[in-house]
Amino acid sequence: MKVLVPVKRVVDYNVKVRVKADETGVDLANVKMSMNPFDEIAVEEAVRLKEAGLATEVVVVSCGPAACQETLRTALAIGADRAILVDCGETELQPLAVAKLLKAVCAAEAPQLVVCGKQAIDDDANQVGQMLAALQGWPQATFASKLVLADGKAQVTREIDGGLETLEIGLPAVVTTDLRLNEPRYASLPNIMKAKKKPLDTTTPATLGVDVAPRLKTLKVSEPPRRQGGAKVADVADLVNKLKNEAKVI
Amino acid sequence: MAILVIAEHDHASLKAATRNTLAAAARLGGDIHLLVAGSNAAAAAQQGAACAGVAKVLLADAPQYAEQGAENVAALVLSLASGYSHILAPASTFGKNFMPRVAALLDVAQISDIVAVQSADTFVRPIYAGNALATVQSADPVKVITVRGTAFDPVADGGSAPVEAVAGAADSGQSKLLGRELTVSARPELGAAKVIVSGGRGLGSGDKYRELLEPLADKLGAALGASRAAVDAGFVPNDFQVGQTGKIVAPQLYLAIGISGAIQHLAGMKDSKVIVAINKDPDAPIFQVADYGLVADLNEAVPQLIAAL
Repeated sequence: MKVLVPVKRVVDYNVKVRVKADETGVDLANVKMSMNPFDEIAVEEAVRLKEAGLATEVVVVSCGPAACQETLRTALAIGADRAILVDCGETELQPLAVAKLLKAVCAAEAPQLVVCGKQAIDDDANQVGQMLAALQGWPQATFASKLVLADGKAQVTREIDGGLETLEIGLPAVVTTDLRLNEPRYASLPNIMKAKKKPLDTTTPATLGVDVAPRLKTLKVSEPPRRQGGAKVADVADLVNKLKNEAKVI
Repeated sequence: MAILVIAEHDHASLKAATRNTLAAAARLGGDIHLLVAGSNAAAAAQQGAACAGVAKVLLADAPQYAEQGAENVAALVLSLASGYSHILAPASTFGKNFMPRVAALLDVAQISDIVAVQSADTFVRPIYAGNALATVQSADPVKVITVRGTAFDPVADGGSAPVEAVAGAADSGQSKLLGRELTVSARPELGAAKVIVSGGRGLGSGDKYRELLEPLADKLGAALGASRAAVDAGFVPNDFQVGQTGKIVAPQLYLAIGISGAIQHLAGMKDSKVIVAINKDPDAPIFQVADYGLVADLNEAVPQLIAAL
């Protein structure tokens, strides 16, 4: 069984982004970029499926600029077998376009399972996995905290607002990862070296026949209202007094 | 053009987020139709009919909507979509699950997690964990939108809309619910609570979390929340998590206890009206957003606070 894992190159989760003064976007110059943390969990899960003998091949795919090769090499170092870069240059990619690109990749690769991160920490859209499942006519299980494959089916425990639920879905399917699915490993140096020799193919939206033109126009990107925090209280009595008499919230 | 709002409910009653979503819909201008997809959900539909601003309730009552699975709900919404200019749902795990399927099959963009409506085609949404706000304009014929509940005051009762039965779409049979483990609690729902007591890794253990924070929440009539670190460490279940990828909350009062204030946690609570932080590390980033910061050992401060309330 082949598993496909889409990965996105995003601003590292430790970076606090700054909005550009002209409000056209956030400043990405000289900012550390990493693999989206949820995608890292997805790669780890796929590699564990392979290590457990349940998957035969783990293919990772990234849509974006040529620099996404770094992200793909990271995934290969975790243990993926092969990578595909859909080179989109500097074109802005929105979730629907990515889902369509992934659909085209699925047509060529015929995976039985697509594992992807539930959301990217840059645009916080939380769409691609569900969109891909819909375009393929496949079932989905989002926000997974546990994945068990047996008898051609997936049993997926999902983190939902009220707690947990477990679904059984047929394959092929899309599963999107939540934080507690696993703890991704650190790639070892030998594996990082090996990853450099693993195959990485490049294709383009035009080759895949996908129109990636953005549907949403970003009119501006602004700073959120800043909170006036930072005040300290002396002790618990002072705190209770201020909550009662100043903030009037208790 | 009319607006379709998808209700979140448990068949017997509407979830609070539905009322926030209706409030966002009311800013768009146009007749609002509320879709209740459920099984034996007449009671939820009646509550929807009583919401101010609802022109009509569409009730799709069929066994395949008992579990509210994404495949079936999306197929139903698609079957009803023509004639609507906007389709809205709460940006909860319910709405996030099926709405992108609707958008993809309509071949339109989804606008996720909006916090403001500027016009019928222009919306504001947070990106980068709320560290930036993007104003986006959609040229698509249908706007598929999920709504951040905390950004819109809920609509009250005051309507008396007719309830119209609509036929369900065929059962996809693609997904089977094996079981649910829902947190049972007498406390208010995290997303709708006026006061939230939230604990982090600083508490040290699940036992300590319960020993210190439950009596405090009882005194305040508060919901209990947690940072990702506390959930990852197993102190509390996943549905306690407040943050960028957990629950987004904006109560009147948020008490952050033993929480350092990672970017992704702040993203989930920084719109709270008043924030209190108790932490022994004076340099913890949580103090930068706190209206009242108390640098203290939580093991001493929390019992004192309980006694003082």
